[in-house]
Amino acid sequence: MTGELGQLALCLALALSMVQAFTGFAGASRGSVRLMAMGRGAALGSFVFLALAFFTLMFAYVTSDFSVSVVAENSHTAKPLIYKISGVWGNHEGSMILWLLILGVYSAAIAMTQPTDNAANAELGSRALGVQALIAVAFLIFVLLTSDPFNRLYPPPFEGSGLNPLLQDPGLAFHPPLLYLGYVGLSAAFSFAAAALLDKRNDAAWVRRARPFATAAWTALTLGIAAGSWWAYYTLGWGGFWFWDPVENASLMPWLIATALIHSMMATERTGAFKSWTLLLAIAAFSFSLIGTFLVRSGVLNSVHSFANDPKRGLFILMILFVAIAAPLVLFAWRAPKLSPGAPFDLISRETGIMTNNLLLTASAATILTGTLYPLVLDAAEGIKISVGPPYFAATVVPMLALLALIMPFGPITLWRKGDWRTSLYALRYAMAAAAVALLGALALLRPASALGFIAIMLGVWLIGGAITDVARRAGHLKRLRLLPSAAWSVALAHAGLGVVALGCVGATMWKSETIQVLAPGQTMNVAGYTLRLDGTEKVQGPNYLADRAAITVMAGGNTITVVHPEKRSYPVEQMVTTQSAIRTTIISDLYIVLGDARENGGWVVRAYVNPMAPFIWLGAVVMALAGFVALGGRLAARVRAGRIAAGAVSEPAE
Amino acid sequence: MRVLAAIFAALLTVLAPGSPALAQQPEESTYVPALADPALEARAKSLQRELRCLVCQGQSIDESNSALAADLRRLIRQQIQAGQSDEDIKNFLVARYGAFVLMKPPVRQDTFFLWFGPGLLLLVGGTAIGVTVLRSRRRLAIEPEGDLDVQT
Repeated sequence: MTGELGQLALCLALALSMVQAFTGFAGASRGSVRLMAMGRGAALGSFVFLALAFFTLMFAYVTSDFSVSVVAENSHTAKPLIYKISGVWGNHEGSMILWLLILGVYSAAIAMTQPTDNAANAELGSRALGVQALIAVAFLIFVLLTSDPFNRLYPPPFEGSGLNPLLQDPGLAFHPPLLYLGYVGLSAAFSFAAAALLDKRNDAAWVRRARPFATAAWTALTLGIAAGSWWAYYTLGWGGFWFWDPVENASLMPWLIATALIHSMMATERTGAFKSWTLLLAIAAFSFSLIGTFLVRSGVLNSVHSFANDPKRGLFILMILFVAIAAPLVLFAWRAPKLSPGAPFDLISRETGIMTNNLLLTASAATILTGTLYPLVLDAAEGIKISVGPPYFAATVVPMLALLALIMPFGPITLWRKGDWRTSLYALRYAMAAAAVALLGALALLRPASALGFIAIMLGVWLIGGAITDVARRAGHLKRLRLLPSAAWSVALAHAGLGVVALGCVGATMWKSETIQVLAPGQTMNVAGYTLRLDGTEKVQGPNYLADRAAITVMAGGNTITVVHPEKRSYPVEQMVTTQSAIRTTIISDLYIVLGDARENGGWVVRAYVNPMAPFIWLGAVVMALAGFVALGGRLAARVRAGRIAAGAVSEPAE
Repeated sequence: MRVLAAIFAALLTVLAPGSPALAQQPEESTYVPALADPALEARAKSLQRELRCLVCQGQSIDESNSALAADLRRLIRQQIQAGQSDEDIKNFLVARYGAFVLMKPPVRQDTFFLWFGPGLLLLVGGTAIGVTVLRSRRRLAIEPEGDLDVQT
């Protein structure tokens, strides 16, 4: 019964999305306030039905209803409740429902936040809702035709086949929803851009409407990528945090484009510069999200992420992708030449900085796309198999991003339109000094020597120093710090956060120590100043696994610091072994211990790593995300304040 | 010979349709003792990172837990101890498995765009920025305000 309810909800969401598309466009072109209101209502209704479908599916998981085939294929009665819930999106069908639900969230948010005071003001939001609805229609048809999550199984099996143990991790609860909030959030910027292209009068007003959505999407994407990287770090068992895996690349590309978009929007909103380029970026950002969806869902890439994929689905998504990219580009080609140029600017100006930023970010994304697709194309065209792995990206993308880091602190310091390079250089003198000191310190202290590592440390400190300089300059005095607008804080936090991430990445990559040894109980091993003693192992019964659990005493300088318990889990249902590493962090560095396989003589292989500065990677990402929250919070506060003033202005004459 | 047999067995397991991935097998033989000489071990480590595990998706043999990766780690150490250079070892593995085994693709005619595309892109983009700035400066001289609608 519940399965049919979910299916019905999806069909109703599809019907309402069609209504939303029609009324959204027709209402705007006729200037009909009533039709436009109907479009907003349809968006809210469609969101409600998508939520109903989503929770119906979740209900089937929680109650282990194995007559629903995706539940039978991906769940098991013995699975802990949290993985029954998060398992909803741990497979293709469920993750598409999550995708749609989040699309519904953004459509509802657009419906509720756009001005409706008069027809002219409401048109842009109405058309944007129309575009959102077209995306929803395409994906709802895709789900209903090729990946219906409510398909029945008869007779229902007595027991489900379980979820991939690698996915049975709290990470599954956060990583995909955050990532999708980002991916799908870029649809809002895309929809506003398309709406602006459809509107004959509109020039750059769409940017102001779309910016909060782009910021929200960027923030979620930042957190989603960081959560995924952290998950890989603690779960895959050797302390790596980024692998340039095709699916990771698929999430990094939209992030890079979204970052470029946020900056370009800033310039367009401020001085009217780069109007057409910002439109193009908004289209590109969501296109990259769709490319990511295509790459992951179609099965053209084999990766740990591509559970349950199917070439038929790939073809369908490819069609959606083609239409979603081609249609706005045609509109763009027709409309862009008519856009008025913004205010002119000089060579030394924030605009030039933002252009350079955009070049480096889009070139990085394009390079990642090339590196990800090249092996596929070469194999398909010539039958030649090559690998494009981390060394390629380290040689191409990393230098571009390093160059970006080098110019980043100049951006917020330099004036719009006409800056002065002497002033900018002078303002950053302390940041330069700090970067130089960091470089010299690293040269003197850090071994083994690594040119790339030293440069990265210098750049990390440079970014943090630049951000502090910017805040200090704007405030002028400590007491005025709290008067700074949220936008200034947001810029500083984002840039400083990236500096922290850079430090973390370089520490964990260049200066990690590693020891692998076979230990019998009572024996010790050393890693980077720590002494580890294997006290023993025991068998532990988990809810749906059996584990070997080791007790390892960590000592440093003769003192016992702690006892850690890395595990090796074996899942009988899925017939898989996973490692549960033990991580002891001091924030400055991580001690990372993994229990390997048992040896004949009662010994165990123990792998231990010390990853200096590794926690900075995620700490920095959180700081960057905080920048997004501050920016959004500032906008919200300003809006509330404006609302209050407007309410006051209206009520006064009445009295 | 034993190594070859193990590799062959590993490949068969993985290439057989529907067989579970190797990562799921018990990692009995994945422990490879480090070389006594730290300098040689460091060479082995850096080589490991440049070679792709052929049975798991996208991991280097440094990261992979598969039996094949362990065998290759062992093989690398044997060859290093036998006095082979890094290039020799890579060439040996490329001859055996093809360029697919290299994480860093070789610079060849068919990878020209892969390696030089990014540089070309930067060149074109940089030129575009230069042109934009030049045009903008010319406008700045004529109409310093443009259609500036600055909101502060």
